[in-house]
Amino acid sequence: MKKLINQPEDVVKEALAGMAVAHADLINVDIEQQFIVRKDAPLKNKVGVISGGGSGHEPMHGGYVGYGMLDAACPGAVFTSPVPDQMLAATQAVNGGAGVLHIVKNYTGDVMNFEMAAELAAAEDIEVVSVVTNDDVAVQDSLYTAGRRGVGVTVLLEKIVGGLAETGAPLARVAEMARQVNSQGRSMGMALTSCTVPAASKPTFELGEDEMEIGIGIHGEPGRRRAKLTSAADITETLTTPIVEDLGLKAGEQVLAMVNGMGGTPLLELYIVFSELERILKGKSISIARSLVGNYITSLEMAGCSITLVRLNDELIKYWDAPVHTPALRWGR
Amino acid sequence: MPVTHEDIQHWLLRSAQVLHENSAYLTQLDSAIGDADHGSNMDRGFTAVKAKIANLGDADIGTLLKTVGTTLVSTVGGASGPLYGTAFLRAGMASSGKQSLEATDVVALFDAALEGVRARGKAQAGEKTMLDALIPAIEAGKQVAEQSPIPQLLQTMAAAAEEGMKSTIEMVATKGRASYLGERSKGHQDPGATSCWLILQAFSDTMEAH
Repeated sequence: MKKLINQPEDVVKEALAGMAVAHADLINVDIEQQFIVRKDAPLKNKVGVISGGGSGHEPMHGGYVGYGMLDAACPGAVFTSPVPDQMLAATQAVNGGAGVLHIVKNYTGDVMNFEMAAELAAAEDIEVVSVVTNDDVAVQDSLYTAGRRGVGVTVLLEKIVGGLAETGAPLARVAEMARQVNSQGRSMGMALTSCTVPAASKPTFELGEDEMEIGIGIHGEPGRRRAKLTSAADITETLTTPIVEDLGLKAGEQVLAMVNGMGGTPLLELYIVFSELERILKGKSISIARSLVGNYITSLEMAGCSITLVRLNDELIKYWDAPVHTPALRWGR
Repeated sequence: MPVTHEDIQHWLLRSAQVLHENSAYLTQLDSAIGDADHGSNMDRGFTAVKAKIANLGDADIGTLLKTVGTTLVSTVGGASGPLYGTAFLRAGMASSGKQSLEATDVVALFDAALEGVRARGKAQAGEKTMLDALIPAIEAGKQVAEQSPIPQLLQTMAAAAEEGMKSTIEMVATKGRASYLGERSKGHQDPGATSCWLILQAFSDTMEAH
């Protein structure tokens, strides 16, 4: 598998160095302690909002650091949760005296490492509240699984919560908004290919020329089931139906719709999926009030897409529309 | 002959070597039911352990093991970092101040490690995790600890861990990333149970040299 890298073990460090110079106007990167922080941090009396996760999902989370979104992000090794030291350092860096929110995607490793980091922060008298995202409908939340994965809603939540935090809202309120957005969002993904991690010589799993994987996550792992490749119309239906059902979306409701590329799918194809999504939702009298189409939470070069729908209300729309200026998202400034 | 703090250092170095040599194998196992990072993660962690313990020549066993624990937490990441990290931290706490270990101390050390993994990961036997190698190892160890010289104790424990590791093949994962696959996780050996066996086997091999 061909990769545009130097040595596999240097991938994250070198990418961070690149980000640091490419977006020097917006972020600082602490290469030693491995975290990305907005240039003007800490902001006095503003709740600091941090997240983190394995590398390989860019632009998530580092690309979302800046005005109106994340104050800091902690990148782990590729597809590997970051370590508590990173989150502690990031928490200290963004602590403006109003406490810090940790946005944690629901994966065993992420949850454990963030938990340990929160314990360390508490020991330093920094108030930390953690909110876990778990929007993936492909996995059953049961005694028999590690729970639903945190996927697409994480990006949308970071924007909305970041918008609220920028107004100086208190920690309890910001955390409540985070829980609300998570509870109102659902996602489902599919893949045409797996991906190859830098240290490996071949894709994590193989798919035949006429096969697709339904119910994938963002770490190149197999999904819930394999199926024969069908049309974009069919695939969009397959992804959208369980989301609409699980969220209990009704006629007359408004949603924020994200069609996200897994990294290896052209924008051309993502727009086809979006058009199918709009048609399906219109058929149910559900309107798309806001949208996002592109690569926002990826899995290296995996080909495929995921759909995320968030049930909107005026408040969520307000904070979605609020100005943001990060490497990956910018509007209103 | 008890386990000395030099033995512990040799064990850790051997573990680092074995995990490095098996990095591709662990990655392959982790590709089938995970995200293909277990090999790199354990290699990175124990490479850091090697460097850290090089400066701990005179340290007691408790300090050595606690240092392994904090090093793993700070370098491995994922679920393995907190789990193996906590395991070694608890093992270190159970061996505080000790310069040597008798057979019953060895079992106590692993028992403490197990408690740490259980507390951190909240899993039990049969969920297709590292516990499925660790729990049988400790149970087998407890059976023979009173009457076995240490090399035999560790051989018994490593053999039980190996059997436990193999038993994960037919299990359906209900913890960790493999659990997203449901029934599809069946038929694949768990990478965490495998690295756990490798570490135990390394201990056994280290003491067999006596």
